[in-house]
Amino acid sequence: MDFDYTASEQSFREEVRSFISDNLPPKKERDKNFLANWLEKVRAKGWVGFAWPKEFGGSEGGLIEQTILREEMALAKAPPLGTSMMGLAWVGPGIMQYGTEEQKRKFIPDILDSKVTWCTGYSEPNHGSDLAAIQCKAELKGDHYLVNGQKIWTTGAPWSQWIILLTRTKFDVESKHDGITCFLVPMDAPGVEVRPIQNMAGDKHFAEIFFTDVQVPVENRLGAEGEGWNVTVSALANERSSIGEVTQMFEKLENLKELVKTTSKQGQPASNDPKVRRTIARFEMKVAAMKFNGLRYLTKQIKGEPLTSETSVNKLHRASLEIEIDDFAVQLMGQAGLQLRGGESAVDGGTWSKSALNWPNVVIGGGTPNIQRNIIAERLLGQPKD
Amino acid sequence: MNFGFTEEQSLLRDQVERFIKEACPMPKVREIAASESRFDSALWQQIADLGWLGLTIPEAHGGLGLKWIDLTVVLEAAAEGLCPLPIASQALASAAVLTCGNDKQKSDWLPAMASGSAICTIGLYDEANWIDPKAITAEAHASEDGYVLKGTKPFVNDAAAADYLLLAVNGPDGLALAAVAKDNVKITHQPTMDTTKPMASVNLDGVTISADFLLPMSEEQLAFLTDCGAVATTAEMVGAGAAILEMTSSYAKERIQFGKPIGQYQGVKHRLADMYVDLESYRSLSYYAAWSVDDDVAGLAKAVSLAKGYASDAFAQIGIDGVGLHGAIGFTAEYDAQLYLKRSKWARPMYGDSDYHMDRIATLGGL
Repeated sequence: MDFDYTASEQSFREEVRSFISDNLPPKKERDKNFLANWLEKVRAKGWVGFAWPKEFGGSEGGLIEQTILREEMALAKAPPLGTSMMGLAWVGPGIMQYGTEEQKRKFIPDILDSKVTWCTGYSEPNHGSDLAAIQCKAELKGDHYLVNGQKIWTTGAPWSQWIILLTRTKFDVESKHDGITCFLVPMDAPGVEVRPIQNMAGDKHFAEIFFTDVQVPVENRLGAEGEGWNVTVSALANERSSIGEVTQMFEKLENLKELVKTTSKQGQPASNDPKVRRTIARFEMKVAAMKFNGLRYLTKQIKGEPLTSETSVNKLHRASLEIEIDDFAVQLMGQAGLQLRGGESAVDGGTWSKSALNWPNVVIGGGTPNIQRNIIAERLLGQPKD
Repeated sequence: MNFGFTEEQSLLRDQVERFIKEACPMPKVREIAASESRFDSALWQQIADLGWLGLTIPEAHGGLGLKWIDLTVVLEAAAEGLCPLPIASQALASAAVLTCGNDKQKSDWLPAMASGSAICTIGLYDEANWIDPKAITAEAHASEDGYVLKGTKPFVNDAAAADYLLLAVNGPDGLALAAVAKDNVKITHQPTMDTTKPMASVNLDGVTISADFLLPMSEEQLAFLTDCGAVATTAEMVGAGAAILEMTSSYAKERIQFGKPIGQYQGVKHRLADMYVDLESYRSLSYYAAWSVDDDVAGLAKAVSLAKGYASDAFAQIGIDGVGLHGAIGFTAEYDAQLYLKRSKWARPMYGDSDYHMDRIATLGGL
């Protein structure tokens, strides 16, 4: 057991830090070209798709370097390494694993160059957590498939150019996991209609998407017909490590402590209130648990042991922290905590009230807490399936 | 960067688990706990021969010269079977001598502690649920040929089994540890919920010790030993927590109600999942705290409070859920689940409950 970094890991960290100090101006000084320049520079560094194979334009970066990169970027509150978040997280890895040579050539460079934004067409009106029960239909008609159906709660749909779409090509199946097929579909294809949905925080991040006789060429199928479930599962297994997340949670905790120091409760400094102090300590214990769980899982990966469902542990922590921290902050501020962005007595620009309404993004997206509990109980503890 | 165990440590874990299963299975644990001495010298000799008692003692003093992370491997694995032998107390007494003793005391005492020939324990605070130098009220006064002691040390773990006790007192020059032999003090067993962790009060009134049996102890050293105590306790909470989760999880797969194994119901499986999340989380924090004892003393207080603060309430809940999910059988004296619940009650206040540790986390975190 040791928490030291090798000389080369340490020098990589220095490299990242000095890159940041050379290329990341304070927020106020960033002009309109900043983001494009930043993306070009991190791309030139090979830090977009850092762990991807070199033949696809990645850097084949090691697990620890990847961790260091994420940690330093999160600490510096840097913009993301590439704007095609879902493209980098699972569409790209899915294409590299299951795609044809032509698909790889066509899609991978644009993901790395932040030219294309992807969204993920999984949930349907009647099938969210029960993902494998999807009904969106794709029929083979010669050189193309005809897609009909509906997706919903699709994050990023209003501004994405492409969607990785899960459909059903066969309805008469023994297991619902059979007969599922995955496609790569342009969002401007005729018959695709996007209707943004406003969430309770007032944002329009997600949408419902209607597919009416959409013609998808056979060459846009990802993986074989009926293999879509495997494509999805291995894509989800390409989960991001939680290290960057933990850094952000520590950051949020520090902001919360600052808030506590400047807030009073019943005429007394809130920081003197034992319940307030213990609540924050409880948050810190959970964030620290996420950190050290993450390091144990990272060690497992370094030793070449595949991660299975352990990451659900940190997802559950993340979910409860995501709800509880903002909720606590809003409550602490009393009526002032209710003020929205733009309100004259809004604390910290209304960021707490805003994120207190945005938790479902993290908590529900990618599998609800109860789904994570099922995963832990069934796959790690061997309990019978529901 | 490696937050995992070495091959040697994994072998040690296997050895302890195997030994406990063979030599100290649950019927044996119950037999020891019910015996008058609440101790088993034959078993003690066996684990001494295996080297477990000298893990953290330097080789020069007859030990193996390993670290606390190695010790926690043993404590965790032994606690899976609720082994009632005073392994943790022996380790804490060794830590006390290593921390507060002079060279002569170390070379005189540590070899006997490493070999197990001297069974030892420590007693720090005299108030229940108060971790503070002010909670030490026993006294040592200078006398002609050493010191005369005064006061009663309550709640001393494994006091009745110990040959020697290192007990915190206020001496003429400040805090100190008085080393007393058991034959010179009055030890009264205090029956508690957890019979696998015997506890006693030690009356010191009028007991005299020679000058070299008083070890000066700074407040920092007291805090360090308290943190070591929390690390040892938390390591045992990891092992015991894992064991009752395993027991409960197995039961949920076999117990059929309404035609299905109860583990198929989300009301049961989600509680099992929550137990797993908490156990894994305080396991990670506990390993980090154990590593900090040797490798990051500056960060020890924070690391310990994160671990024990989390584990105290989490293990208590795991104990309750472990018994509760079993239904009435879990409530039965002859069934083992309840012994783990009792261990969780024992461990909860030991070396600071969750409130104490959360307050410390807040303070250390700048609040």
